[in-house]
Amino acid sequence: MQPFTTLTSTVAPLELSNVDTDQIIPKQFLKRIERTGYGEFLFFDWRQRPDFVLNRPGYRGAQILLAGRNFGCGSSREHAAWALEQYGFRCVLAPSFADIFHSNAGKNGILLVTLPEEQLERLLLQAKAGDGYALTVSLEENTITDAFGLELRFETDPFRRECLLGGLDDIGLTLRHGDALTAYEQRHDADAWMRARA
Amino acid sequence: MKQPKTMFAKVWEQHLVVEPAGEPAILYVDLHLVHEVTSPQAFEGLRLAGRPVHRTDRTLATVDHNVPTDRERVHIKDPIAAAQIEALRRNCAEFGVELFDVNSAEQGIVHMIGPELGATKPGMTIVCGDSHTSTHGAFGALAFGIGTSEVEHVLATQTLPQGRPKTFRIAVEGELPHGVTAKDIVLGIIGRIGTDGATGYAVEYAGSAIRALSMEGRMTVCNMSIEAGARAGMIAPDETTFAYLEGRRFAPKGPAWEEAKAAWRKLPTDEGARFDRELVIAAHELEPYVTWGTSPGMVVAITDVVPDPALGATEADRNGLARALAYMDLRPGTPIEEIAIDRVFLGSCTNARIEDLRAAAKVVAGYRVHPRVRAMVVPGSQQVKLQAEREGLDLLFKEAGFDWREPGCSMCLGMNPDILAPGERCASTSNRNFEGRQGQGGRTHLVSPAMAAAAAVMGRFTDIRTWVYKQAEVVA
Ligand code: SF4
Repeated sequence: MQPFTTLTSTVAPLELSNVDTDQIIPKQFLKRIERTGYGEFLFFDWRQRPDFVLNRPGYRGAQILLAGRNFGCGSSREHAAWALEQYGFRCVLAPSFADIFHSNAGKNGILLVTLPEEQLERLLLQAKAGDGYALTVSLEENTITDAFGLELRFETDPFRRECLLGGLDDIGLTLRHGDALTAYEQRHDADAWMRARA
Repeated sequence: MKQPKTMFAKVWEQHLVVEPAGEPAILYVDLHLVHEVTSPQAFEGLRLAGRPVHRTDRTLATVDHNVPTDRERVHIKDPIAAAQIEALRRNCAEFGVELFDVNSAEQGIVHMIGPELGATKPGMTIVCGDSHTSTHGAFGALAFGIGTSEVEHVLATQTLPQGRPKTFRIAVEGELPHGVTAKDIVLGIIGRIGTDGATGYAVEYAGSAIRALSMEGRMTVCNMSIEAGARAGMIAPDETTFAYLEGRRFAPKGPAWEEAKAAWRKLPTDEGARFDRELVIAAHELEPYVTWGTSPGMVVAITDVVPDPALGATEADRNGLARALAYMDLRPGTPIEEIAIDRVFLGSCTNARIEDLRAAAKVVAGYRVHPRVRAMVVPGSQQVKLQAEREGLDLLFKEAGFDWREPGCSMCLGMNPDILAPGERCASTSNRNFEGRQGQGGRTHLVSPAMAAAAAVMGRFTDIRTWVYKQAEVVA
């Protein structure tokens, strides 16, 4: 996983609540067995419309996405995180995120920042002007800044932050606890009613 | 005295492998269900790292999302779908995972077969690369959906790093009115708390109306927990649960069965245990519901009208509501009962169990599907299909003009050939009405099986509470 430290980029505003993972990556692209090649299908149906935000010239190459509440709700498909990351988004700012999407994003080096509605509305207004409004998101400092003196602080889960900063692989982290796992399984397997198969 | 505990806390604590300081807890996974769509990249990850599947005895796989529902489905015409199913076969053979393949008598939607096999049991932790894993919580298991990186993690270690969710008790008290089903309970809950109303919580459904539900109904309620944003939904195991499980293939037998029941009886939430949040709903206030928009929270009672988007709280919300109305081609103020439909889909892991098919068959018995409507029934599993055929439900459906098909996810998400054409409007017993969910440009209204069946006959939504049953005696 690619580490996330500090990112400066233009910001694309997607002013919609409850953007679901079916929209982020429609089902027809879930039949592939590879982990790459999803970027071009991000928001596939919405991108058919020329006025969709990502089709507007001012937002080409944006790596930061602003969105409404409950971003990433619905299906557990990690393809949504792959599509965002492979399209070029490394950071999403929204008032709230759905649970499974949150963990999928973290595992793919995408930083999700939860901001209060008022702060987001301000950023949305500026981003909607379409004249290249940019933000700098620093995970090292837990700050969001712009060229006009804005400075916002944000909270992150300390463990997720370490993983993102270091680009750490979760399986490797868990395997450090191999002895605890062996001991647990010896105890736990004795309970017949916890077995998957009788 | 011991501190009273919630059922969630008991299951959680019994599955803690280790709680490393400053890191999420490592939770043991008792049962890992696998399907073709979210697993290929995970198996590929194992292969690249040279890792085996840590516990094949705790892993089960089936094919459901992509499989066609016609009789010749063994030969899948879509080459990409065929390749994905082929990949699952190869992966299961290579890693030693048991697969319930297309022609298995136990194939079906992954959330149907876990319970049917008796693999799903109270007190377990269950995961699957699918958000509707919450279904299994109906047995008093802690069950939740995961992403593909997590699938790989579970395959490799049989554990998951997890932050502890908060707890939310939703009690539905009293008796459900006539015509109001488990589906209406959960739609009613989502309508009240919103699609992010339970984000960050493990929900426990309780109250007399929940306890009165069959296992089928409980699964319907838990299934849609994710539609309220919840990590998981759970219902305390009781005699209904035990009666369902007894004798199933992977359920304990003989003395082990008695031991298991004794252990399961200790699972329900202790008297006086504290929840982080509580909500009580009076069952008599619930009605048959119909979603009007593109999110399951956009839901009203059958006797209601399409709402006005100006009622949204923020600009983003108002944009969402207006967008939904435009997509659904509806105008504010339109009575739900005047909305005409083109298609009916009776299926999915929400509502394709035997009880759902019985309820719908009872409605259509003696009627014909409206001439404009194309209606299909897709049983959730081979076992449900067989049972329904034994009871003659297939004949009732076919006589009424329904298409009777082979099990799979089908038009719940349209990854197989079963899809809506652009602009078609569908009454669906599934769980998601997102834009394009059932086919690009398709319009989905979520309803209970009985409401879907009645809509098929009338060609528009209709209040099931006033339905005239023609052959009530035909089915139990
Ligand atoms: S039936 Fe629908 S919701 Fe259920 S597992 Fe299949 S696609 Fe997912």
